[in-house]
Amino acid sequence: MTTGSVTGKLFVDPVKEMGRAVLFLFTALSRMRFGKTQFLETMRQVYFMGVRSLVIIMISGFFVGLVLTLQLYDTLSRFGATEALGTALALSLFRELGPVLTVILFAGRAGTSVTAEIGLMKATEQLDALDLMAIDPMERIVQPRLLAGILAVPALVLVFNVMALLGGVVFSVFMMGIDGPSFWGNIQATVALGRDFMGGMFKAAVFGFLASWLAVYFGWSSKPTGEGVALATTQTVITTAIAVLLTDFILSAFML
Amino acid sequence: MNDNKNNNRIELRGVTVQLGDRVVLEGMDLAVPEGKVTAVMGPSGSGKTTVLKAITGQVPISAGEIRVGDVFVNQLSARKLNDMRRNIGMLLQNGALFTDLTSFDNVALPLREHTRLPETLIRKVVLTKLHAVGLRGAAELYPRELSGGMNRRIALARALALDPNIMLYDEPFTGLDPISMGAAVRLIRQINDVLGITSVVVTHDVTEVPRFADYCYIISDRKVVAQGTPAELENIDDGVVHQFIQGLPDGPVPFHYPAPDYTRDLLERH
Amino acid sequence: MKSSHQIEFTAGLFLLLGIACLIFLAVQATDGGSEIRGGSYELVASFGNVGGLRPRAKVSMAGVTVGQVERIELDPQTLDARVTMKISERYDDIPDDTSAAILTSGILGDQYVGLEPGGSPEPMRDGDQFLITQSAVVLEQLIGRFMMGGGGDEE
Repeated sequence: MTTGSVTGKLFVDPVKEMGRAVLFLFTALSRMRFGKTQFLETMRQVYFMGVRSLVIIMISGFFVGLVLTLQLYDTLSRFGATEALGTALALSLFRELGPVLTVILFAGRAGTSVTAEIGLMKATEQLDALDLMAIDPMERIVQPRLLAGILAVPALVLVFNVMALLGGVVFSVFMMGIDGPSFWGNIQATVALGRDFMGGMFKAAVFGFLASWLAVYFGWSSKPTGEGVALATTQTVITTAIAVLLTDFILSAFML
Repeated sequence: MNDNKNNNRIELRGVTVQLGDRVVLEGMDLAVPEGKVTAVMGPSGSGKTTVLKAITGQVPISAGEIRVGDVFVNQLSARKLNDMRRNIGMLLQNGALFTDLTSFDNVALPLREHTRLPETLIRKVVLTKLHAVGLRGAAELYPRELSGGMNRRIALARALALDPNIMLYDEPFTGLDPISMGAAVRLIRQINDVLGITSVVVTHDVTEVPRFADYCYIISDRKVVAQGTPAELENIDDGVVHQFIQGLPDGPVPFHYPAPDYTRDLLERH
Repeated sequence: MKSSHQIEFTAGLFLLLGIACLIFLAVQATDGGSEIRGGSYELVASFGNVGGLRPRAKVSMAGVTVGQVERIELDPQTLDARVTMKISERYDDIPDDTSAAILTSGILGDQYVGLEPGGSPEPMRDGDQFLITQSAVVLEQLIGRFMMGGGGDEE
């Protein structure tokens, strides 16, 4: 391999891919239309992407809350600061762990299936069929999935946070005997609605958009073969994880 | 534009299609007579499907012109192109049904999208179309619950939903058993005659063609190499046509992919 | 496979669940937005040193939150820190000889402004300045003073 092609693989190709993804997004956004069909199709996608991810999100949320509280309790008790347990748990959930973990689970559960679905639609000429019926596939296939992601991910993040707090309460209040009202009282006194909570929700919406955009894009641009679709689903998970963590850092830097 | 009006519903003149660096069609002339079934035949990879895609405006052409009715496909805006497509029904290779919709909803989709008919009327239209392809009983089934042949018939019902005046078929016989094949041949002929529309069938199934086609084109190596009625084609004395019609493995279309000399290749030390 | 009506209904329920979680968390697990609702007025205090006081820190009197710090800036003339506070309109009779101090909640907690009421019958008005202030206790200076043997020469 020559140096040129190595540079190509490392730098030029990813930049090209990004360019294509952005162009794809602009095309999709420019052809947005809002009507009854779009609304119903978006709701259908909220079901497929959101409701079907609910169970994994609830289970993961509960155990993340449990283990996080366990770790925080152990650390905080060394400083005799266990009264800060609720605050530390709620802040780390609302600001970081809720949005980031939820969207990564979402990419694995819903993102991959969106990618595979669109890839298969391409392979079986369903997208061509739409085109031929004078139905814009951007409007019919891409738009509802983009919107559904922006709606579903924040809702999933909220469910995740509630379940994680529940896990925290189960561990600290029921197992470690920390006073329940003071646990909540500390959270209420220190977690800012705007900066901490709504900031986290803003992140959730941005991540939801990122995850659904990438899932749809990789499906759309996949090679219409079994191998191509398999590769595209892998790309969806990896790229979403990296993009989300990178965006998370940038957003956090601006929001703090 | 009316001076172009003759008996041909669709006309390709000097059409060249280039995909990337590859020339798929080169200077192709092809005419589809009104109200007839025209077959476009040729070996795999000869650009048959591209002819259909050029007619529907799915692939851009780099030279020539395509007339469908009284519009030129290559000059249409996106909106006009959609208007034209509404008058064309196309059956894609494996049906291309939407897997998340039932047969009924698949057929109803173009009606719901392009008409403002009340749901009760849509139901009647859909059931009529499904009945025409003999699958009214499968209305509530999903594509995965039906055989390949049935999928294609549902897709045919969907293509007919908006009462098109042109039907395009892309390899409608691939992978069908003899019974389904017979049914498909008969359907294509009947739909054309009963509805009085114009049909184009792309196929490599030489034996079936005389049973439904009025006129045939044989495409090879990016251009039309022969045309005529099925009977005329039988007697054409052209190497490629002869090989294709008779189904000979070797001839002007070589069996072997271009390669260096066989003996030398084997003996050469690496 | 469910019918499309069931799917839409379930999707709707799911979003409602999201909204319910939103309301629950916003009300039960946050400060409910310590932004002062309704009207407010501004008071100004000059401090020699604000320490770690930050905008949006709370302003409290007798332990009750009455407002929050709006902005902190350096007075170019006196080179003191000018802290502007937003006080809720409900507390409109704070005496004009009230003193302001920068305090810390707990040993390592957040810093806030504590108001100690005076006895004057005149209330403070919008834009008024506190006459008596007490700067933040800076831990390093405190430790430094101990190290130097409690000498007050720095003051």
